[in-house]
Amino acid sequence: MSDKRAKHKSKYTLDRGIPGAFEGETVTRRRFMTGTAHTAGAIAASSFALPALGFALGPIFKSTPHHWEVVGNVEQFADNNYVPVILTVAPNIGEAGKTTVYVRKFNPEIDTDPYDKDTPYIAISSRCAHLGCPVRWVDAAERFICPCHGGVYDLLGRRVGGPPVRPLDRFYTRVSGENVEVGPRFSVNSELRRFSPRDPGEPLDGLGQYMYPSRPGAQKL
Amino acid sequence: MPAALQEAPPRPGEAGKPTPVESAQQAGITVVDWVDERTSLSGAARWMMFRKVPKGTNWFYTLGSATMFAFLSQAMTGVFLAMYYRPDPSGGAYESIRYVTNDVFLGQFVRGMHKWGSSVMVILVFLHMGRTFFFGAYKYPRELNWVIGVVLLILTMTMSFTGYLLPFDQRAYWATIVGVNINGTGPLLGPYLSDFLRGGSEFGATTLSRFYAIHMLLVPGLLAALIGAHLYLVAKLGTTAPPWQKAEKRPELRETEL
Repeated sequence: MSDKRAKHKSKYTLDRGIPGAFEGETVTRRRFMTGTAHTAGAIAASSFALPALGFALGPIFKSTPHHWEVVGNVEQFADNNYVPVILTVAPNIGEAGKTTVYVRKFNPEIDTDPYDKDTPYIAISSRCAHLGCPVRWVDAAERFICPCHGGVYDLLGRRVGGPPVRPLDRFYTRVSGENVEVGPRFSVNSELRRFSPRDPGEPLDGLGQYMYPSRPGAQKL
Repeated sequence: MPAALQEAPPRPGEAGKPTPVESAQQAGITVVDWVDERTSLSGAARWMMFRKVPKGTNWFYTLGSATMFAFLSQAMTGVFLAMYYRPDPSGGAYESIRYVTNDVFLGQFVRGMHKWGSSVMVILVFLHMGRTFFFGAYKYPRELNWVIGVVLLILTMTMSFTGYLLPFDQRAYWATIVGVNINGTGPLLGPYLSDFLRGGSEFGATTLSRFYAIHMLLVPGLLAALIGAHLYLVAKLGTTAPPWQKAEKRPELRETEL
């Protein structure tokens, strides 16, 4: 084997005695033909596989425009109790695209966190921060309680019991004329610091904010 | 019987007409021969079906076939359910399932086969896996078949998860919300996987059709292909004897008492 290789050491096909070889040619025609066929096959396969893959993965990178929805009159919300309103988060699919949001007027005695000082209304998402079941506001207990796995939250949506990893999400609010409008969702960590919206079950304290990155399409308000 | 006493075969042209049964047999043989001459399929069929099995082979060895028949039942009932199902999240999906259950002839039965059959398949997969594990049948040279089997288990779970959403009732909806969010708790890639499954950041208009496509097109194809590979390796490598079966020594190697 070794002396056979030594005989064909030259990289020129002409020197190696290959019939029909051109001068200066280093690649055999058989090898060139194989390479061309493989390349053509790879191009043909990727020309349908890559667009299809991008088509399926596209929604991950899509950014959705901010959407504001009128939820009621400025008069109908108290500053010490929540009023449930219905918000459409996914259009055109009827009931399945709606969610409940608990709205309360900003109260400087309760909402002492500096992040909330320019918020006219506090809008708390009913989506449990554990795995996304709908929490309900229980007036007598002054707690948000989740029916699925027993998550419990206080008046500000901070976790007081059960498995949730962070407080309840909130929505931006604004007043337009006599109407209260609810806008895009945001997530908060246990100090009520604001983050772009994360899915339930993703902690935002300490390492959590790096382990669960924000969406590529998330936009600043 | 001596040759002289045997009845002479009919001379050419004297044989009576073949009976209808004989003609039918001959027709069958002709058709099979025609195909076999052009494909040599009979060799492959013999290779697959007439294998030697070790002594001690017992009923536990039928769990793999049982799983495959559960899959075939799911595939068959699923194809026919797809004739009525509509992946429309604004009420059409639930309505089409209600129609199948209440109005279609045998609809409740076929849907019930698919619904309960899915649980049967998962149970059989685990029993088959347990048999393989406790009989030591995953060892050399069958490791690759174990790996393929684990992929088949994951695909079966994917089928269960995606199929659970399709009735689109309250249970289906909330179970999927929770399931997708469990996927999302995986660090770094989890959030992207959730967005891929939902087709966006919220459970939206395309989530149901996405689950439907994964459930009836993507995963069944993979399952069928990998079941083929799994079966090929079973036929090629043969099955193992149960662990309590002792190898029999050849007589000339037997130790004789002195």
